[in-house]
Amino acid sequence: MNESLGVYDYWPYRDRPAIQWPNGARVAFWVAPNIEFYELDPPANPQRKPWPQPSPALPGYTIRDYGNRVGHRRQMDLLDKYGIRGSVSLSVALCEHHPEIIEMCSERDWELFSHGIYNTRYTYGLSEEQEREMIRDSIETIYRHSGQKCAGYLAPALSHSEHTLDLFAEVGSELFGDEAGIYSCDLFHDDQPTPVRVRSGKRFMSMPYSLEMNDTIVYAVNKVEPRHYCTMLKRHFDRLYEEGSESGTVMCIPTHNYQVSCPHRLKAFEEALEYITGHSDVWVTTGREIAEHYLKHDYDAALADIDLKNGSAT
Amino acid sequence: MSLDKHYLEYPERSYGNDHDRFSWSMLADRQAITWPEGKALAVWINTSLQFYPLNQRGVPFKVPNGMTMPYPDLRHFTLRDYGNRVGIYRCLKAFEQYGVRPTFAINSQLARDTPYLLEQLQRCDAEFICHGWNMDHLHYGGQDEQEEAEWVQRSVETLNSLIDTPVRGWLSPARNQSWKTPDLLTANGIEYCCDWVNDDMPYRFRTDNGPLTMMPLSTELEDQFIIGQNLHSEDSWVQQVKDAFDFLLAESATQGGRLLTLSIHPWMMGQPHRISSLEAVLEYVMGHEKAWNATSGDILDAFNRQTPHED
Repeated sequence: MNESLGVYDYWPYRDRPAIQWPNGARVAFWVAPNIEFYELDPPANPQRKPWPQPSPALPGYTIRDYGNRVGHRRQMDLLDKYGIRGSVSLSVALCEHHPEIIEMCSERDWELFSHGIYNTRYTYGLSEEQEREMIRDSIETIYRHSGQKCAGYLAPALSHSEHTLDLFAEVGSELFGDEAGIYSCDLFHDDQPTPVRVRSGKRFMSMPYSLEMNDTIVYAVNKVEPRHYCTMLKRHFDRLYEEGSESGTVMCIPTHNYQVSCPHRLKAFEEALEYITGHSDVWVTTGREIAEHYLKHDYDAALADIDLKNGSAT
Repeated sequence: MSLDKHYLEYPERSYGNDHDRFSWSMLADRQAITWPEGKALAVWINTSLQFYPLNQRGVPFKVPNGMTMPYPDLRHFTLRDYGNRVGIYRCLKAFEQYGVRPTFAINSQLARDTPYLLEQLQRCDAEFICHGWNMDHLHYGGQDEQEEAEWVQRSVETLNSLIDTPVRGWLSPARNQSWKTPDLLTANGIEYCCDWVNDDMPYRFRTDNGPLTMMPLSTELEDQFIIGQNLHSEDSWVQQVKDAFDFLLAESATQGGRLLTLSIHPWMMGQPHRISSLEAVLEYVMGHEKAWNATSGDILDAFNRQTPHED
């Protein structure tokens, strides 16, 4: 075990090379609906228990099933209304279980990225070859069902190994070159994209995917009241919008169709979406589009500046 | 280091659910339901009446809202008992004031042991749901099959011997089940179950002994979840119920009748400082011309008239 993660260098938020988003936008805004499949009878993992009760653990399983049966359509209607294409963090087995949802995403040109096979199958304990196989399965499944070459990764249930980022970048390259395996949502160290070192040397980056704004963290972990979540989203946006006048920022709202789409929570979410998309200098976009723009226009300047700030003599 | 190869095998990875209990469908794609008299939103107000034993076993998991202190936990035992002595009568008064047709989910042991309470509840023109034997009789995967069969039978038979019409509905303690629970319910004449909170409308459910209807009783909007577990204020609970009511009412305009399930606990909402919040909610939902306050049984009947059973 290592003392530090070591995949990125210290890089102070102030005085970075300015990011310029398309059309002078200050904030690149993306919504990442997690569309997940949890199993009713998952296998045991040596390091993490899927449910607090023995299977069938109905309290946790059934509310997540609610998300796909009921919540998804509500969220999709809302994102349609505000002109937002979702960037889906996908339990890819959902392609087989619920292809109707995948078709609806494809019709809307939503992005699909990998969130593992099931959210009840963890990375813990997998050998490097097993994790590689799981990641390959996930990228291939997305391609088979949507034709998309998976750009991003959020590890299933945020379960990682030391090789997760390396493997995702490598498998992406093996399957689709530089079109797949280009960004990670697993790092929460910044409000702007940053370069991330992977062992293959590929141009790979971290995409801001805010856990602080993640509805499951907000509702299930931090127990926030729905109306206050709306306030938090607006404040979060206001500050990033203000700072974005100097250098482009990224705001992500990660959602779950079993949280944000409950009848008592939708009003608060809608108000936040209306507020954010009502601003003129917002680039309403997807994870892949942000990543491609950043890699093309900002990545090299970032690398040079990181070297400079860390005293490199280059 | 590696895991057994089975960890990367997925036997249920195919179309539909990862079990055979019901068919997969999205609510938005289903046939629209209409409620009697052109009402848009059915409002099911469930009150759970519960007995939490002092000598809690907590098998196989900690009883939600149960004892937490070393035996004897007088604190939690009496706080929960408060609901059946004091809190329920404040709730009943509020129901009367706002003309509520209530549904009571009651532990059968409590129904047996508190005849005065049961008699008062029976005067409300209410529906009774069997809520298992008591809150420490948890149904769970891996439970001894004969033990569970005996519990279900005893719970249903006891309640049936005490009330006028046979009980139709079931709510498991902690909404937890074994793999066999649904089959045991239909074997004992149960028509509907409230445990699976995966929908906002009733839906059909398969068992070994004939069809069951699932009537999801929302956990997310419950008093004990919002106020008790999430520690939100009473005012916020009222706001959340109103927001849910408004949303479902609006959704009914394009998708047909919707169902708001409101589940409360007298040990929580029956406290002097909370009862006005329950009254505020009742005033809001009962006063609306498009709302249809009904028991779970009446809602099921309306659903049955429009929806054929599968198979």
